[in-house]
Parts: sequence; structure tokens; C-alpha cells
Amino acid sequence: MIDTVNKSEHKRDSSPEGGSKHGLNPTQPVADKDKQAPASGFFYSLFNGKQKIYRFRLLKDKLIAKLMLVLTVVSVLILAFIGVGLYYHSIPILHKQSLVQLLTSSVWKPLKGLFGFYPFIMGTLWVTAISIIIALPLCLLTALYITEYAPLRIKRILSPFVNLLSGIPPVIFGVWGVLFIIPLIQDHIAPHFVEFSTGYSVLAGGIVLAVMIFPLIVSIITEVFRTIPQDLRDASLSLGATRWETTRKVVLRKALPGIIAALVLAISRAFGETIAVLMVCGNNAAVPHSVFDPGYPLPALIANNYGDMMSIPLYDSALMFAALLLFVIILLFNIISRVILSRLERKLAA
Amino acid sequence: MKRRKFEELFFRLLMVLATILVAGSFFLIVGTIFYKGVPYMNLDMITKTPGGGFYIGKEGGILNAIVGSLYIAGGATILGLLISIPVAIFINMYMDGKTFLANTLRMAFDVLFGIPSIVYGAFGFLIMVYFGLRASLLGGTIAVTLLVIPILVRTLDEVIRTVPSELRDATLSLGSTRWETAKVVLRQIRPGLFTAILLSFGRAIGDVASVLFTAGFSDNIPTSLHEPAATLPLAIFFQLSSPVEEVQGRGYASALVLTIVVLIITVLSEVFIKKFFKHKI
Repeated sequence: MIDTVNKSEHKRDSSPEGGSKHGLNPTQPVADKDKQAPASGFFYSLFNGKQKIYRFRLLKDKLIAKLMLVLTVVSVLILAFIGVGLYYHSIPILHKQSLVQLLTSSVWKPLKGLFGFYPFIMGTLWVTAISIIIALPLCLLTALYITEYAPLRIKRILSPFVNLLSGIPPVIFGVWGVLFIIPLIQDHIAPHFVEFSTGYSVLAGGIVLAVMIFPLIVSIITEVFRTIPQDLRDASLSLGATRWETTRKVVLRKALPGIIAALVLAISRAFGETIAVLMVCGNNAAVPHSVFDPGYPLPALIANNYGDMMSIPLYDSALMFAALLLFVIILLFNIISRVILSRLERKLAA
Repeated sequence: MKRRKFEELFFRLLMVLATILVAGSFFLIVGTIFYKGVPYMNLDMITKTPGGGFYIGKEGGILNAIVGSLYIAGGATILGLLISIPVAIFINMYMDGKTFLANTLRMAFDVLFGIPSIVYGAFGFLIMVYFGLRASLLGGTIAVTLLVIPILVRTLDEVIRTVPSELRDATLSLGSTRWETAKVVLRQIRPGLFTAILLSFGRAIGDVASVLFTAGFSDNIPTSLHEPAATLPLAIFFQLSSPVEEVQGRGYASALVLTIVVLIITVLSEVFIKKFFKHKI
């Protein structure tokens, strides 16, 4: 019944752009085209119930779209908010001391208003470097084993462990570091090299961090290896290359950009890790000279001093500057690795 | 020829050793925590709040921290879902999910995911200063929400992308609006939704650096949003830095509690992922 009414209405209203036709067709989900027929749409809705429901549904769809757009934009803008907020709060310290001075001075005397970040930057670099040196070869070999060598059965057993390891919270890694790594270094490793070490050292931080970034590196590199076409491997094998030769000359070479991306991502993760390194690094504000020296990475500095932050002038600004420093470096590293990875993905899709 | 065979064997051996080390590190960590934590574990630990003199070795438990952590992680996950479900739907259903803009958005969330929690903590602290809040349950929840949004968005996005486009096309061709299609898709990805929730909950409950500035610490179970709240990881950290042996031991037991909770969450999320990809290889 309604249909026939609609049809006759349509015949009478022969507008050239056919807007009313769209308004009557409930199977058209595209909301933007609805703009073409506001007047006639309203006219029909007065005596057509179906039409009313349809318009309501479209309105709901549009409203939700707007709301979602706002949420999306705001949540992406968090990135900008963080940058601006941290910068705004580090302006006072940047006014007092120049950027170069802040980064290269090693005098850290908050009570005298002297903030030199050099020891903390070096602490971070030492810990990060050690963790990468330990983790990268191990993870590379593990990922190669998982993708190239392991039988399916072992693969199935192995992959959950990587996920389980990635689920363990940082503070547990810290506890493990204190309970296991520190005594290990103190009693078994350090005595071979230096006279005395408490165990709380950049080496301990590096080892704990290395274990923390295992899952990240393994999962990314495994993904990258999977994107390499099987044909390439088959071609190499059919020419008489051994499996290792194929792996080295085909798989690894092809996967190099992906490995670099994983490396960069792992560095940025190690850079920002806080509580685990805070617990095992010894937190001595001096530049470490050997792996058995204690260090004081930037995130540990921020976390350790939040209590005094408000009582000493400029201290809060200095800590916010440290956070800004971390944020900027990690942001850059992340963007670099994500661009490389998304390029790889696109290449695979093409 | 012999050299090549040897090389092959050598590297295979190296790979197996590396794999054992990487997978074994998990057992090493969990084993250490259990070995040290179990002797100090008792029922009081998880059923009582700290009594007087708890921090010099007298009786009490860490119920305050357990409840505080559950409040913060639960609140943050719910708030995070309210924001990230619309975002994931918007990227995939309202925008064409394959365009440059959509991929850029994804990358932005990946980058947000990479921002360390200490930076979220510092930023959360700035927000609190701006609004004149003190360290409280509310502040902690806000900071952790910021932390889990990227995790939720990216997980949901991955899950929504696995929904076959035929399903969407079919609902659209039957006359549904995009929002109605989104509801169909949301029903379809329910196991994936649980995975996202568990992942974010697991991350939220274990994170220290973001709640350090924002949630504060208290020996009581918080009764309002403006009261400071203890969190489990922070309780572990404080107990471990105590010189009293008994308190340190409780720290190990607290670590054991957190490890068990997180392992259960991770295993559950694995199960849900398996369930979700059951029809795939």
C-alpha cells in the first residue's frame, strides 16, 4: 500500500536531480547524498511512518559518525597534547639554562639549581646498548628457528611463551632482576672482571631490559620473515643451497629493513622502561665507565624524584624536561620504525 | 661440502640454544617468583589491609593494593573501551579502512602505543595539576586510560579487519545504516573484544610508572574517586625497598599474586584469540 503511494508521489514530483527518489529508498545507506533532498524528504515524513523511521536512522547514523570523528581526533591528538604539555612545563628550565648546557653538563645539584642531564643520558644509553647487544642476536636466531627450522608442532608450543613473556608486568621483571640477576652478577660474573661490585649495575639493567624486549623483537621479526615469499626460498634451495645459506643470503637479506625497524622499536622500548631499571641499576648520578658501574637512566630519575618535585624550585620543570626528552626521542624512533614496517606491509600487499 | 654441512649444523644448534634461552627466560622468571614468594604466601596477604606496623614486619596484607589495582585497571579498561570502540569502528566502517588517512591514523596509535608509561604518568600528572586534583583514584584511572587506549584501538582494529567484507556488504545491501552494520560487526568480533579487554586489563594492572605520580598510595581501600589508592605493583616496589626482611618477603608474595593474576589474564586472552581464529589455520 505504502509502496504504491510512494510511486505515485514520485511521479508527481519530477524534480530533475531525482532527490526525492533517494529520500524514498530505504535501501540506500549512504548518508551524504541525503543532503540533496531535504525539502521533499521533510514533506513526505509528515504522512509516511516508514519515511520517518528512515530519517531517524539516518540522523542517528550521522550523529554517531560525528561523535566518533571527535573521539578519533581527540585520541590521536593526545600525542600532540603530551608534547605541548611537557614542553610548556619545561620552559622555565630552558630559560634558565640553554639546551646544550642541560644536555652536556654533568653537575646535578637541584638544591643549587644546577641540572645537568649528561650522566642520566649516558646511563640510559649504556643500559639500552647492553640490552640490544644481548637481545638482538638471540631474538634473531629464535625468530629464524621459529619461522625457518622448527617443525609445526614445536612452533605451536613456542609462540604462546612469547605472548606469556610479553604479558609479565615490568615490576615483576624488576623483582626477578633483584632476586636473580643481581646475585648472579655480584657472585659469579663481576668477580672475574672487577674487584668489587654490588651487582646493582648497568649490566643488570641491560640484562633485565633484554629479557623484557625479547617478545617485542621476536614477534616483529617473525612477522617480517613470514612476509618473505616462499618462492624465493624454494628457488635458492633448488639451486643447491643449504638451508642456512638460504636463510643467510635470501631471508636475512630480504628482511633487513624489517629487522632494522624491529631494532629501532626495541631501542625506543628499552629507552622508556622505568621501574625495572630503577630497581636494578643502582641509581648513582655519575657517568658509568664500565658495565659493572651503577647508572641512573632518565626514566628512573623521573620516577625516583617525584616526591621532592614540588618542594625544590625548578625541579618539577627539570623532570618534565626529562620526560619531554624521552618523549621526543621515542616519538622519532617509533615513527621511523613504523614507516619502515608499513612500507614493508604495503609491498607485501602489492 | 663438509664445511657447508658443518655450518648448517652449527647455526642450527645456535638457533635451538637461543630459542631455549628466550623461551626459558619465562620459566626462569616465573620460577624465581614462585620459589621466593610461596614461603611468604598466606591467606592474610590477600584478605587483610595493612595493620599498624605493617611496614616494620607486623601483621596485615595487601588487600588495599589488590582492590586499588582492580579499581584502576577496571575503570581504565571501561573508559578506554568507551573511547576505543567508536574509534576502531570509525576507522574501519565510516572511513574506508584502506586509505592513506586510515593507515596514518593506525600509525599514530602505534606510535602512542610505543610511548612509555612514565611519559603518560608525567602527562597525567600535568592534567591533574591543571585541574587542581590531588593524587587519587581518579587521577590514576585517567593516566592508565590514556595508556590503554592505543592497545585497545589497535587490537580492535586488527580484529575488525578480519571480519569478511561480504558480511558488511550483505548488511548494507539489506538497507542498514553504517551504525547498524557496525553493530553486526561488533557482535561478530565478540571473542576478539574479550581479548582486547584482557590485554588492556593485563597491561593496566601491571603498570607502575603511570600510577606513580597520579594514584598515590594509601593503606586503606579507597571509598571515593578523590581518595588516593594503592596499586599492586607499587606495593611490591615499596615493600621490596624496605630493609626489613619480613617486609621484603611480603614483597615477593605480592609479586607472586600479581604474576598469577597476569598469567591467568594472558592465558585467557590466548584462549579467546584461539576461539576467534578457530576457523582459520
